[in-house]
Amino acid sequence: MMDTTQIVTFSGLVAAAAPVALVTLLGLTSLFARPVSERVTAFACHAAVVVGLVSTAVVFVFMLASGNRHVVVELGDWVAVPGYHFAVKLVYDRLSVPFVLLTFLLCGTIGTFSSRYLHRERGFNRFFVLYALFLAGMVLAALAGTVETLFAGWELVGLSSALLVAYFQERPAPPRNGLRVWVVYRVSDAALLLAAVTVHHLTGSGDFDQLLGTGAWPEGRAMVTESQAFAVGLLLLVAAAGKSALVPLSGWLPRAMEGPTPSSAVFYGALSVHLGAYLLLRASPILEASPGLAWIVVVLGLVTAVYAYLAGSVQADIKSALSFASLAQVGLIVAEIAMGWNYVALVHLLGHACLRTMQFLRAPTLLHDYHTLENAFGEHLPRGTGPGRLLPGPSRAWVYRFALERGYLDAILGALIVDPFVRVFRFFDRLERRWTDFLTGRESRESDAVASAAGQIDELS
Amino acid sequence: MTDVLSLPWLEAALLVPLVGALVVGRMRDPMRAARAGTAFAAATFFLSAIAGHAAAAGYSVPAWDIQPRLYGRRPFALDGLTGPLVPVVALLHLLTAAATARTRMRRFSFAWSLTTEAVGLATFACTDAWMLAGLLAAGIVPPLMELRERRRPVRVYVLHMGVFFVLLLVGWILIAAGSTGWGSGLLLAAVLIRSGIVPFHCWVTDWFEHSSFGNALLFVAPLTGALAAVRLLLPVAPPTMLDVLEVMALVSALYCAAMATVQREARRLFAFLFLSHGALVLIGMAVDRPLSLTGSLRIWSSVILSLGGFGLTMRALEARVGRLSLTRFHGLYEHVPALAVCFLLTGLASVGFPGTLGFVGGEMLVDGVVDDNPWVGSAVVVAAALNGIAVVRAYFLLFTGTRHGSTIPLRATGRERFAVLTLTALILGLGLVPQPALMARYGAAEQILKERETHKAEKWGQKHQANVHNESN
Repeated sequence: MMDTTQIVTFSGLVAAAAPVALVTLLGLTSLFARPVSERVTAFACHAAVVVGLVSTAVVFVFMLASGNRHVVVELGDWVAVPGYHFAVKLVYDRLSVPFVLLTFLLCGTIGTFSSRYLHRERGFNRFFVLYALFLAGMVLAALAGTVETLFAGWELVGLSSALLVAYFQERPAPPRNGLRVWVVYRVSDAALLLAAVTVHHLTGSGDFDQLLGTGAWPEGRAMVTESQAFAVGLLLLVAAAGKSALVPLSGWLPRAMEGPTPSSAVFYGALSVHLGAYLLLRASPILEASPGLAWIVVVLGLVTAVYAYLAGSVQADIKSALSFASLAQVGLIVAEIAMGWNYVALVHLLGHACLRTMQFLRAPTLLHDYHTLENAFGEHLPRGTGPGRLLPGPSRAWVYRFALERGYLDAILGALIVDPFVRVFRFFDRLERRWTDFLTGRESRESDAVASAAGQIDELS
Repeated sequence: MTDVLSLPWLEAALLVPLVGALVVGRMRDPMRAARAGTAFAAATFFLSAIAGHAAAAGYSVPAWDIQPRLYGRRPFALDGLTGPLVPVVALLHLLTAAATARTRMRRFSFAWSLTTEAVGLATFACTDAWMLAGLLAAGIVPPLMELRERRRPVRVYVLHMGVFFVLLLVGWILIAAGSTGWGSGLLLAAVLIRSGIVPFHCWVTDWFEHSSFGNALLFVAPLTGALAAVRLLLPVAPPTMLDVLEVMALVSALYCAAMATVQREARRLFAFLFLSHGALVLIGMAVDRPLSLTGSLRIWSSVILSLGGFGLTMRALEARVGRLSLTRFHGLYEHVPALAVCFLLTGLASVGFPGTLGFVGGEMLVDGVVDDNPWVGSAVVVAAALNGIAVVRAYFLLFTGTRHGSTIPLRATGRERFAVLTLTALILGLGLVPQPALMARYGAAEQILKERETHKAEKWGQKHQANVHNESN
């Protein structure tokens, strides 16, 4: 007979294994060009979510009953060579358990919704493979007890997100926007990887306990100096800013609405967009250890909230408006975290994710809902004018323009980073052509004929 | 009874492609040549896999030792470094031969491919420095002959490889004569050229422009320049030389990764991706620490398999729609979904995506390099991020964005699927269960560093004795 500890450990393992099993099933059958039917796909998704949810609930009940607020499931070293080890460790605490429960609940809802919404779509199987990858990434990132495990989950979420933005792949706009999302995510990933390496460098391992103290969240105390906390925290902030679309990396969020509505709901209304905030919550002892960093995070959160409110106020389509509304709340959550209101931020995050998922899922039937309401009222619904009317004339126009151009963020990043980057390396490319032409004594590039035979694309081309 | 593993498997693995090249070279019918070439490549792979296994199991000298002695030593043997690499290189040759489309069988020279394989495997298995230098020089010839046969310009290639040959030869003569400083400087320059380190990289992009994709892939994929660095340079190079190597490799990794993101044609993108990864391998070697060196050796295997698979997928696409422009969308996903998945998977594996072959190697490389210099570590991360952007950009451009109209079916053939699925299985399998292979790589890294320490001690001992001698005089 298993004792309570063994049951909890087993349940903890199953919660993480269920999404991985789903990825394996859907991924391998797709790889061998033998995708399972829609019905089997939907059933497998349900099964994985229910198993994961129940297993997490078992751990949760045990935590409530035993008073243990920090359950660790050690899976041992995945890799160990002298001087380096990669431990896989799952942590169930007051932060990860609500987030994982939320993940399973919302993913289950979205899975059920999508199996009908995308019925007989050409990309049905592709959607669910990416959905499974996302679910596995979210659960892994949320339960991660080491920064390397977090990184692995983080990357899975990023890839599935970018590929789902490009889901409608017969048109050029979705892949273009998917590439934008991917570029920002790569910046975010690079910052997280550097943070992971710095943590390894400072503490000798990637274990969160070594960095954040052994106390159950949020009672841990950072085990590094203030300056070290500032350095690691800054890298984590960049990683979080990319994932949660904080200013100035917000431009990708409305572009991400190219994806199908269910993925928009679960990614940008509920889970993925909160992953950056989750990271900051996990690293909250570091923010406490570095007041300077905490102030930077507060300012960034509030600026993001104001920016998102302004930009969201002038959007003409519902999904973009909802994405900016999400971002405004994420900005506030980030500010709450930096002010040390961890529980407020956690509750805010959970509530917001649920509400926004519901709004996103209702978005395709918005006009129908409006008609129903207007019929019920017997007149047109009143239109809110917003606080813009309080501004004097010239500044009102400026603010309107600013909001309409989404704060010029894309234009600024394009002008300051992307365009110079492309120009400089295209210049080097020309130099290389001259050099090989010179060495060859004639035109050296056969590829010129290929490249010039078609039109240009404007993204990183 | 003789133990099966103690048979001369390595010798057989080196001879079979050579015999195969002679046999296939006499065949006039391209279909027959393709079949025979693939069969010889398959035999070579199986023999080299057994040889690698035997070396790992500790069978250093076979029961029937048929190798002639060179200065009293066996010139060919596998060790911790080359034991796993030789089968991987042979596998890439096999899959490239197997996945050659019928339309390309006339263009792809199976005889030269087998010759390249024979020379390549011998280079990896060679234990004698002089002979290794000779084999590195001999490895230059098959690509040159292919360019001549295809009537493509050879000057860029000949100039670079000519300088490489001279530097290699003179450098090694100087080292043998005891002039380590000058000798290792020239050797370093030779390694930089052969590895395509910026600014000596243009021959690689030029080679991809003019060669058949398959032969270009097979020539650069094994990273023979890195082998020259490990076998010839690392044991003798003073620390300043390694610093130069580290800086130049770092600049190269960043530059080539950035160039990969702005390329307008797929082959050039591939060439720059390769150059960037090759440079990352050299960075790990130059840092001179067990961790970074282990990461570097791991990335080496990963590059051969993952970028090899990436290249094979690209080659399969080229066989269908010709050279691939990256200035427009192609929308090929609907026609070749299996190739699309493999393209993305192999590409992401090369940049160290979690769960794939390159992940742990990349982490270890960055970790080891950060211990040495945090800024260099940060630059390595940036290079990996740029490579990731280049891979996904290429994926979107080639497989999405439009509907590709075709009057003939473009779906992947059985042999192509076999090739990419084999590589995918290896990339995922070795990525998810990395420990056994990683320990072997760690052992090889320790061996390399030990050889270097031995050389340092000998040199220091000679200097110390000279100082004592001078003082006593």
